[in-house]
Amino acid sequence: MELALASAIGLLTAAGIYLLLRARSFDVILGMTLLSYATNLLIFACGRVVAGKPPVLRAFAPTTLAHYTDPLPQALVLTAIVIAFAMTAVSIVLAIRSRADNGSDHVDGIEGERLQEARNQARLQKRKRRA
Amino acid sequence: MMAHLPLLPILIPLFAAGLALLAEHRRFGMAPQRAIAALSLLAQLVVAGLLLQRVSQGEILVYLLGDWPARLGISLMVDRLAALMVTVALLLGIACWIHACAGWDRRAPHFQAFFQIQLMGLNGAFLTGDLFNLFVFFEVLLIASYGLLLSGGRGGRLRAGFHYVSVNIAASTLFLMALGLLYGLLGSLNMAEMAARVATASAHDRLLVQAAASLLLLVFCTKAALLPLSLWLPETYARAPGSVAALFAVMTKVGLYAVLRVSTLLFGSAAGVLANFAGPALLVAGVATLALASLGVIASTRLRVLASYLVLASAATLFIAFSLGRPDTIGAGLFYLVHSTFAGAALFLIAHHVRRHRDGDTAVAGLSARGWTVAGVMFLVAAVSLAGLPPLSGFLGKLALLDATRDHAEIWLALLLSSFVVLIGLARAGTRVFWKQAPSASQVALASPVLPARRLEVVATVLLLGYGVAITVAAAPLFAYTQAAATQLAAPAQYLEHMRAQTPILRSP
Repeated sequence: MELALASAIGLLTAAGIYLLLRARSFDVILGMTLLSYATNLLIFACGRVVAGKPPVLRAFAPTTLAHYTDPLPQALVLTAIVIAFAMTAVSIVLAIRSRADNGSDHVDGIEGERLQEARNQARLQKRKRRA
Repeated sequence: MMAHLPLLPILIPLFAAGLALLAEHRRFGMAPQRAIAALSLLAQLVVAGLLLQRVSQGEILVYLLGDWPARLGISLMVDRLAALMVTVALLLGIACWIHACAGWDRRAPHFQAFFQIQLMGLNGAFLTGDLFNLFVFFEVLLIASYGLLLSGGRGGRLRAGFHYVSVNIAASTLFLMALGLLYGLLGSLNMAEMAARVATASAHDRLLVQAAASLLLLVFCTKAALLPLSLWLPETYARAPGSVAALFAVMTKVGLYAVLRVSTLLFGSAAGVLANFAGPALLVAGVATLALASLGVIASTRLRVLASYLVLASAATLFIAFSLGRPDTIGAGLFYLVHSTFAGAALFLIAHHVRRHRDGDTAVAGLSARGWTVAGVMFLVAAVSLAGLPPLSGFLGKLALLDATRDHAEIWLALLLSSFVVLIGLARAGTRVFWKQAPSASQVALASPVLPARRLEVVATVLLLGYGVAITVAAAPLFAYTQAAATQLAAPAQYLEHMRAQTPILRSP
């Protein structure tokens, strides 16, 4: 159980960071979403992984930690989910609007291919000038 | 009512924001919204004054939200530092609000509501005594800042805005990870309670606590723009509308406040092996940031970019002051913080003013000769203050800082060299913008028509510069206050004492 949870967190984080470092806004947003999933799992796991125990007090069980799971991380995860969800929505709207305004969502402002083209042309001109 | 005083700086702007949303400007015009905002600012001013008065004798106010005991629920905590930060943010907010009322709030939909929520987030971040609650208020103020930055914007501002949003979301994710790890290790999120548990952590846990705390500091350094994490700042601030950029001058200070709070309370003198463990690294990074910011000031070709680099320089100076972790340097740093917030914000407003009345390179277009004199004098006052020349507040702040770091030659070198470089940059900018030769008559005819200077914008700028003069005049009481705040921070044990002493009124856990 611990191994599965830990590897899931690791995998999600790795994939999230990879996507976050890409040059297109859609990939970046996906990366942020994956990262937030990883974070949620991590916070949840920090309340210790306990199976089959309730987080709320029950009448017939004694009130020691052996019979319950920590409710606080679950509350924190709920808050984190809500905030991450809202932020994803904001960034999607922003990315769409930015793409519409600027004609591109590439980090450098120019599409990758067009950037390459511009570079090639600059190189050609330099050669011409030398000749 | 007085018992609920610590909560009011959060509640007042929250309700004002809701009311401002209801008083839709398309139906009722701008007047009701502005009246609501003015009332809210006035009420907050009264509350901030009362808070300052309560804590100035060294009392630490603890407010239990929902009447839960501090170790179970969320608590607010007001000490000298928190009250000072709330007041600074509010005074800055008032000037920015006056500036925005000259016309920007009409162009940006829901500006007034965003502005109030921004103030609520700032106040909450300064007042909370709970680490997760700090995260929530960081999010509140960030979300409001996205709105303020992007509302009414197009093109380049949106691209800069997307970078800003992505950097901040990534930082917030790291914040959550650090919080999760710290809770798992220490079993509490109340800062005073955590401080006690850090001190008694087993050797086995200590490394993990240090790793998690480093992650936390990394996040705060991103917000406060420390060197490798500061590259988002100049572009974003230079693209922001004038009054918003001026308000953002306090946003890096929130990150600095969080660094100071965590490093003095959680990892202060009582933390044993972990006491001030990040200090040396922060010092090096601070010096590097200062060097980069000074070079940026010299290299910038636009006044707004120059102002952004000056924000960076002041944040770096504060990192240097706080990283030593001694009461005298922290006290000097807090004085410098108050000064640099107002002066930096004033420069953004001046840059906005110049840009509005300047057509490309022809400096004199669009404003009467008298208007240019006013703008020039305002720039002169702000520049003298920011460069740290006598007689204004910047000089006093730097002098106090140099006096406190007398035994660190490398800090003297960094501070003095950077001040010199900044002075050159500001002098050159002032000469180029305000002392350029008047264009010939034909050029004036071609240039854009004379725009009347917006009186409110000038008033707001003068107000900010007036704060700077007031700090200079009242330097002794303010310095005594910041010194007392630093002394209070140096004794983290009393926070825990106050926190535990505050028991619920109606509830018995």
